[in-house]
Amino acid sequence: MPVPLTIRIQQNDFDVAAEIAALTRGRADIGAVVNFIGICRGSDDGRHVTALTLEHYPGMAEAEIGRHADEACQRWPLAGLTIIHRHGRIEPGENIVLVVTASAHREAAFQAAEFLMDFLKANAPFWKREENAQGSAWVEAHHNDDAAAARWTKP
Amino acid sequence: MKIVYFAWVRERIGKAEETLDPPSAVRTVGDLIGWLAERGEEYAYAFAAPRSIRAAIDRTHVKPETAIAGAREIAFFPPMTGG
Repeated sequence: MPVPLTIRIQQNDFDVAAEIAALTRGRADIGAVVNFIGICRGSDDGRHVTALTLEHYPGMAEAEIGRHADEACQRWPLAGLTIIHRHGRIEPGENIVLVVTASAHREAAFQAAEFLMDFLKANAPFWKREENAQGSAWVEAHHNDDAAAARWTKP
Repeated sequence: MKIVYFAWVRERIGKAEETLDPPSAVRTVGDLIGWLAERGEEYAYAFAAPRSIRAAIDRTHVKPETAIAGAREIAFFPPMTGG
């Protein structure tokens, strides 16, 4: 049976409890659910951040996340997977991204969630523009994001 | 072929997409970057640091040496900063 998989790119916020409930309702085979929620911070490197605006590549964002979701399902015995990434203007304290992984046991759920976030940060076509008191500027990519994704690649 | 731009690549070029027909000598993604960079000041500015440019063909990441033959949509954008 294919793993229940939900991928959404949306402007609106998401309800973490509702997403977990949707994944686990009526299931007796799930013993572990891990969720990662990425949240907009109010400062970056000591700079005050007023808001982030996320631009994305419609069509490719869903496709790229889908490719990594498929890989996660091949690498770990997952029983369900939900990935939601927001776009548009997001203020400090608001949610940006949600990854929910479900499995019979915790190890697969923890590892798949970390794998998915590492690949999402390095490869999903989203770009953050940061607003602050001085104006706004595109956020530069962190080299350690590529390194975090690379550690999952087997030699 | 349709060429689309995102984030600061889009802002520097001043457009989100366009349809272009590069000459046959332009075989790879890297060739296309070089050809685009000569189309005007705004393109030269956008592609001034090719190592900071990422590309996708038909919504899949590709490398500079990837051939562009048969591509319907080629995208250029900075390194990703989502998540």
